[in-house]
Amino acid sequence: MTTVETGTFYNPDSRQLICRGEWDVTRLPELQALLDKASWPIDGDITINGESLDKLDSAGAWLLVRRQKKLEEQGVTSQLTHFSRNQAALLSLVQHQIKSEANLPFIQSLNWVQTIGRHTLLQFSGFTLYVNFIGRLTVEMLRIARHPQHIRFRSLVSVIYRNGFQAIPIVTLLSFMIGIVLTYQMGLQLRNYGANIFIVDLLGLSILREFAPLLTAIMVAGRTGSAYTAQLGMMKINQEIDALDTMGVTPAELLLLPRMAGLLIALPLLTMWADIMGIFGGMVMAQASLDVSWYDFLHRFPTVIPLKTLLIGLVKTPVFALIIASIGCFQGMQVESNADSVGQNTTKSVVLSIFFIIVADAIFSILFSWLKI
Amino acid sequence: MSAESIITIQGLDTYFGDHCVHHDLDLNVYRGEVLGIVGGSGSGKTTLLREMLALTRPAKGSIKIFGHEIIHASLNTLLSIQRRWGVLFQQNALFSSLTLLENVSFPLEEHTQLNASTIRDLARLKISMAGLPMDAANQYPSELSGGMQKRAGLARAIALDPELLFLDEPTAGLDPNTAAGFDELILNLQSTMGLTIVMVTHDLDSLWKVTNRVAFLGNQKVMFVDPMPLLVKQADEQIQAFFSGPRGRVVQEGYTHGN
Repeated sequence: MTTVETGTFYNPDSRQLICRGEWDVTRLPELQALLDKASWPIDGDITINGESLDKLDSAGAWLLVRRQKKLEEQGVTSQLTHFSRNQAALLSLVQHQIKSEANLPFIQSLNWVQTIGRHTLLQFSGFTLYVNFIGRLTVEMLRIARHPQHIRFRSLVSVIYRNGFQAIPIVTLLSFMIGIVLTYQMGLQLRNYGANIFIVDLLGLSILREFAPLLTAIMVAGRTGSAYTAQLGMMKINQEIDALDTMGVTPAELLLLPRMAGLLIALPLLTMWADIMGIFGGMVMAQASLDVSWYDFLHRFPTVIPLKTLLIGLVKTPVFALIIASIGCFQGMQVESNADSVGQNTTKSVVLSIFFIIVADAIFSILFSWLKI
Repeated sequence: MSAESIITIQGLDTYFGDHCVHHDLDLNVYRGEVLGIVGGSGSGKTTLLREMLALTRPAKGSIKIFGHEIIHASLNTLLSIQRRWGVLFQQNALFSSLTLLENVSFPLEEHTQLNASTIRDLARLKISMAGLPMDAANQYPSELSGGMQKRAGLARAIALDPELLFLDEPTAGLDPNTAAGFDELILNLQSTMGLTIVMVTHDLDSLWKVTNRVAFLGNQKVMFVDPMPLLVKQADEQIQAFFSGPRGRVVQEGYTHGN
């Protein structure tokens, strides 16, 4: 078999379209252009000759069949000749498919008003689902409270270990550095007035009340909230959640409540640790740049910072923990069966957690100032 | 059978840790044939398939596909070979975030310079060639039934009109009726598109109906490569255990008496 140049040639005298060479998907654009350029007759009968075709794949066959159809619409009928048995079978298969091809279902695109409306409704239904989720979880919790043997201590402990204990290094580093940065920035101002020792008051208040609880919660939202969503999402896709449901073990009992309770225990402890490391960082920096010795620092600390400050900071953390865990679990359970949705929901879980942590913190501030604490 | 060998495997050794999966394995696949690969669990069928697809690298030996050595092939050689084959995975491996039409269009978009409407038309052709209704085109894989997902995977595998098609357990998990339809479809496409097919399967019906030759894996080698009627007559113990179980005998009788 000699390889001839791929192409097509229409001979007006013999009313023959000669197809040559390899008609496959890679050469489709040039073939299409050649067919468009050919000087087709206005009416009558032509033959399409496939004698010198080396290769015809379904894309090539599709091109040929579509051209036949187009010619037919213009009033030119065409006959296929000299195609090999396989090529003829392929052509008739394609002919058959094109004929039976129904139109693609029409997808309606939305204008901007409809898009906004759709998103608003989606947000609302998302919120309803969340409330629903919390409700079911509460019912489940009450059920388990009546049957304490259903409490999963193993899962609880492993949640505390993974999301509390294993977060200690990063929380240590973060809060230590925040202590250093705060002392440095505030120290610059205090030194102007020779009020170096007041760094103790400022540091104690800001770290215990705001920085440690907030930063730890944000750190945990990024670390734990995303992990919850991704884990539960994958389990949902693998139908592990469905499997649990059918075995008479509710996912809430085995997966969700231990995660919520675990974080509820772990986050206050982590925050406490962050308090200590933040103050420690500040103390190191105060000695280095403000000449406030460790002895002076620790001596002044209990006299100016009441226990109340620590408690106010810690009181917020269970709320933060519930926000992180509930949103993380909720988004995980909302995952649909495609890979995209795991990514989307994980992002949502972190963004929404951090957003609501800050909202809750603001509400706490208002509440405390209202109560004059 | 024409003698042109599309896949040539010689002296293949594979280890998982210390566990030897293949030792000195040889296999040839000829153009235009349908080769079945069978063997007991753990005989390394899927591993062999993955090695042919260059997804797993064997410890030793040579795998030539279309005359190119693929084990140490450069990325460019590998890409040009990959364009010429299609694969249907056991779990279909459809892209879950794309619709059926987008799944089938994907290889066309990646490997051709065709314009969007041509790609869409070709993808629709492949979808209907795979026996799927057109209103499934805009659905996501998760919305399709198991049998339809298989057909969708096949439509994507033949999107570029490959010369070589790999099928991993194509009928696993399908009901007998759908599985028979799928066998029919594979045979149809094979004859019209001139495909060479390598299929790993446990389905005895498929083996009898679709394959020209069957390679039986055991003892870390290809023990026999024969057409089904010959293979089941081999006196080897493993073969007899595999094909002469209660299920094997029923299928075999159906086919030998039917012919």
